[in-house]
Amino acid sequence: MNTSLSWIKAYVPDLNVTAQEYTDAMTLSGTKVEGYEVLDADLEKIIIGQIDKIERHPDADKLIICQVNVGSESVQIVTGANNVHEGDKVPVVLDGGRVAGGHDGSKTPGGIKIKKGKLRGVESFGMMCSIEELGSTKEMYPESPDEGIYIFPEDAQIGASAVEALGLNDVVFEYEVTSNRVDCFSVIGIAREAAATFRKEFVPPVITETGNNQDVNDYVKVSVENTDLCPRFCARVVKNIKIGPSPKWMQRRLASVGIRPINNLVDITNYVMEEYGQPMHAYDLDMIAGRQIIVRTAQDGEKFTTLDGQERTVDKEVLMICDGEKAIGLAGIMGGENSMITDDVKTMLFEAACFDGVNVRKSSKRVGLRTDASGKFEKGLDPNNAKAAIDRACQLIEEMGAGEVIGGTVDVYGKVKEPVRVPFDGAKINEMLGTNISEAEMLGYFEKIGLDYDPQTKEVIAPTFRHDLFRLADLAEEVARFYGYDNIPTTLPRGEATTGKISFKLRIEKTAEDIAEFCGFSQSMNYSFESPKVFEKLLIPSDSPLRNAVEIINPLGEDYSIMRTTSLNGMLTSLATNYNRRNKDVRLYELGNVYLPKAIPLTELPEERMQFTLGMYGNGDFFSMKGVVEEFFEKIGMKDKESYSPDAGIPYLHPGRQANIIYKGKNVGYLGEVHPEVADNYGIGERAYIAVIDMPGILEYATFDRKYMGIAKYPAVHRDISMVVPKNILAGQIEEVIEKKGGSYLESYALFDLYEGAQIKEGYKSIAYSIVFRAKDKTLEEADITSAMKKILKALEEMGIELRQ
Amino acid sequence: MKEKLEQIKAEAIAQIQASDIPEKLNDVRVKFLGKKGELTAVLKGMKDVAPEDRPKVGQLVNETRAAIEVVLEESRTKMEKFLREEKLKAEVIDVTLPSKKSMVGHRHPNTIALEEVERIFVGMGYEVVEGPEVEYDLYNFEKLNIPADHPAKDEQDTFYVSKDIVLRTQTSPVQARVMEQGKLPIRMIAPGRVFRSDEVDATHSPSFHQIEGLVIDKNISFADLKGTLEVFAKELFGPDTKTKFRPHHFPFTEPSAEVDVSCFKCGAKGCRFCKGSGWIEILGCGMVHPHVLEMCGIDPEEYSGFAFGVGLERIALLKYEIDDMRLLYENDIRFLKQF
Repeated sequence: MNTSLSWIKAYVPDLNVTAQEYTDAMTLSGTKVEGYEVLDADLEKIIIGQIDKIERHPDADKLIICQVNVGSESVQIVTGANNVHEGDKVPVVLDGGRVAGGHDGSKTPGGIKIKKGKLRGVESFGMMCSIEELGSTKEMYPESPDEGIYIFPEDAQIGASAVEALGLNDVVFEYEVTSNRVDCFSVIGIAREAAATFRKEFVPPVITETGNNQDVNDYVKVSVENTDLCPRFCARVVKNIKIGPSPKWMQRRLASVGIRPINNLVDITNYVMEEYGQPMHAYDLDMIAGRQIIVRTAQDGEKFTTLDGQERTVDKEVLMICDGEKAIGLAGIMGGENSMITDDVKTMLFEAACFDGVNVRKSSKRVGLRTDASGKFEKGLDPNNAKAAIDRACQLIEEMGAGEVIGGTVDVYGKVKEPVRVPFDGAKINEMLGTNISEAEMLGYFEKIGLDYDPQTKEVIAPTFRHDLFRLADLAEEVARFYGYDNIPTTLPRGEATTGKISFKLRIEKTAEDIAEFCGFSQSMNYSFESPKVFEKLLIPSDSPLRNAVEIINPLGEDYSIMRTTSLNGMLTSLATNYNRRNKDVRLYELGNVYLPKAIPLTELPEERMQFTLGMYGNGDFFSMKGVVEEFFEKIGMKDKESYSPDAGIPYLHPGRQANIIYKGKNVGYLGEVHPEVADNYGIGERAYIAVIDMPGILEYATFDRKYMGIAKYPAVHRDISMVVPKNILAGQIEEVIEKKGGSYLESYALFDLYEGAQIKEGYKSIAYSIVFRAKDKTLEEADITSAMKKILKALEEMGIELRQ
Repeated sequence: MKEKLEQIKAEAIAQIQASDIPEKLNDVRVKFLGKKGELTAVLKGMKDVAPEDRPKVGQLVNETRAAIEVVLEESRTKMEKFLREEKLKAEVIDVTLPSKKSMVGHRHPNTIALEEVERIFVGMGYEVVEGPEVEYDLYNFEKLNIPADHPAKDEQDTFYVSKDIVLRTQTSPVQARVMEQGKLPIRMIAPGRVFRSDEVDATHSPSFHQIEGLVIDKNISFADLKGTLEVFAKELFGPDTKTKFRPHHFPFTEPSAEVDVSCFKCGAKGCRFCKGSGWIEILGCGMVHPHVLEMCGIDPEEYSGFAFGVGLERIALLKYEIDDMRLLYENDIRFLKQF
């Protein structure tokens, strides 16, 4: 929504503020000014001059020398423009002045300084200006010549400011109007707010009685079939139309808000739409069959040509304006070509209606046509405004002599919208705001914005244009706005103390972040949605449950169309980004959800499972990754030994370098080297490793409780065993034996040598473990561990392991 | 005898003083004080001494031994000290040589900003809670006073995954979920991921984060909201930060406000950063709409409250002067390492 300052001043005559003061104060009272443009910011020393004499330039065919009377003196100006004549009154920028831009319409920030100079040897003391050089366009000043210097009407005053004469001494404000304030999508609505903000008198237009002694009902009949979608339909008729330009003041106001002046009829409908916020439409009454208007919904697949010449297909939800035979308009969106006003129009039908906002919005979307009118109707207009607007339009018709208005209005208005009465309680408002404002002051604010008060019932009566006021909280906001949010004190909530805390789940996640970072991994963030193509990229088989993803009905594109069921794609994409940018030794982690539908199509919310995903390439290998997993488990109190099952069957990992992570017999995640084909798919040219821990899976085992164990007082006994082991036996199996058979003195064990190669026979590897025994209460004797060692060795031998002496 | 002992003592001291390494000192000790040493030999020769003189001789021998030991100990201490100093001199390193860094990872700037916000509010007694990212229309819209056919529910803004399930467009549904549980008073913040149908560019992302705040108690006023957010702004952006509350409209709060903070780059003088205005918009807030309270089973006559919503990325971009939102989701290690 835009307005010029001069248009606001038309309704708030005492308003005397700078553009910045207006911006600040209006923003603080709730009508946010997004920005403003000072139209003459780059115009300086530009006055109206009259060309007294024109001579040819002696040395240039295309230049002429003009003697221009600028009131106080006569100045010589050389120009290349060929549309000026002796006697013409033109805008002249004098030596040292500024214009906004070039005659091609390009604007120069800060303007262009004009200095006296010589053109082909002849002195020139200024410049005559085109409308473009003054920062505007021919569209906004339709009286401008197609090319060349702007020429004022004969009655223009020589020596006066050309900027003022053109109405360019103005400021245009752009507002961000919130959706609840439909009334502020009109100049009057904003002016009302401005008057209240600056505590000045609000002087809206006075609408006078219009129309001749004929009766409009003799000209047209209106029936509304669907009163829900069209609560009100007002029609008036104007005959003996005289099409011509609208007056300059109207043209200037329209131009200031970016609307191109066309002719008096179009300009009046546009003007009233801006002024009252009520879109109107004008039909050629002679084109309306049976002089009858029927408002009804369309047939499915019905074709209709709008006045822009486009054929549109409509459906049974779309409300149409029809005559006795055919459709003549898309209600609230655009009129039809078949009934549009042409230069030959004799009798015109004005429509000012109220249509259901939701229906207009949906129809406009389905038809694929959004107009200024539909934009206003969408917001849900006040039906009581329609009559005022149509009468205002007819008043302007009469004032401008554009035609003869027929007496009366056809007004189809079913259920009249009544003002809402809101019980008023000043004390309660003060409680809500934390203020101490008198009721009289509050009522003063209400009065300024057009709210009545019934002292008998202690009710505030909200006019129908304020459809956002229903209850006391709404009134509290009105009080706060005009009392000033600034002036409300600042306090802190009192009352019962509460404990600040974060949940156990979040604490575990923060520990994951800490551990990952200690281990050199930086935190990444990826989108939750991705392309269904990732399943191919990750070699996930077509029958995998991972392919059951939540689909977005209206995605931004296929690449963002499903909710991820695995965190791998995000991690690998990020690793690939780094690899492409030649970043070395990259370690990333992510804490983010995957979304697992319980059923497809969705009947309830999908399960959101937080995944702790680690990924790396460069320095480090599978076992570095395994180390991070174990550090994390240790840190969150998972004291049992996790195990790793190599036959995890994960398609996107190297088949020989992957494992499920098992804790207390439960699969809580996996890790491994990225399958080379997958790495290729992502363009990662190095071995990459990933680990994924399913956070909900470990939550039940995690704890921050700790118990001090007592530091060993007695010496330990060490035993080393060296073995030749068949290749298919895993270190984990040997460790399992040591744990099971090690007895109560077993303290720890560690692999200290692993060798495969020349000295070892085919199909075997050499493994050595160091085992540590210790007692809490005594120094161990040889005899104390003999039995445990024997059991360990025996069990190992039974597995086919040879013990080396 | 006495002379002999004096002689031994003199000889021992001479030899001690001639020693230049600890080994030689040890030799001296062995030679004079050892089991086969000279003093021991004197003691062994006691049998030739008249019994009445023996105690005296014994005493003399012990005195001699003690005297030698004192000198020996002094020399040893001196020598060790000297040697340590020599060693230290030899071990001088060039401290300006490059360091050996451990590889340490870095938190995402979003998380750092979030932890700042959490710290501030947890300190004020707020609980950090979570809610689902894929959410029922009911919580994302209806219970927040955004009825069916409201333009905010338009497909242009909201991702739908079914007729009545959406990707939440705000963290506000967590408000409704917590209020519904009916445990009062409430002081909570709910950070999390939200989704809007915006194409990716320098200032937009279809996925970003918000932090919702909610306080419900008896006698909570707009002044309390102002005070709370003022504390928040000062904690987050520095003690000189000023706040400005502008009226605004949100369906689920009434009165509503948008909050600007004084530009922390230029101190509200106006700069490129704040687009010359001296102020930067950071959040939206308001008093919880009485109808929202009613829909969540709270009596608005008894309880009132306020709510606010902050864009996490906005805070991170502002605080760390990041000029392109896309950097937050590219995960380039050279970007992440700066935080």
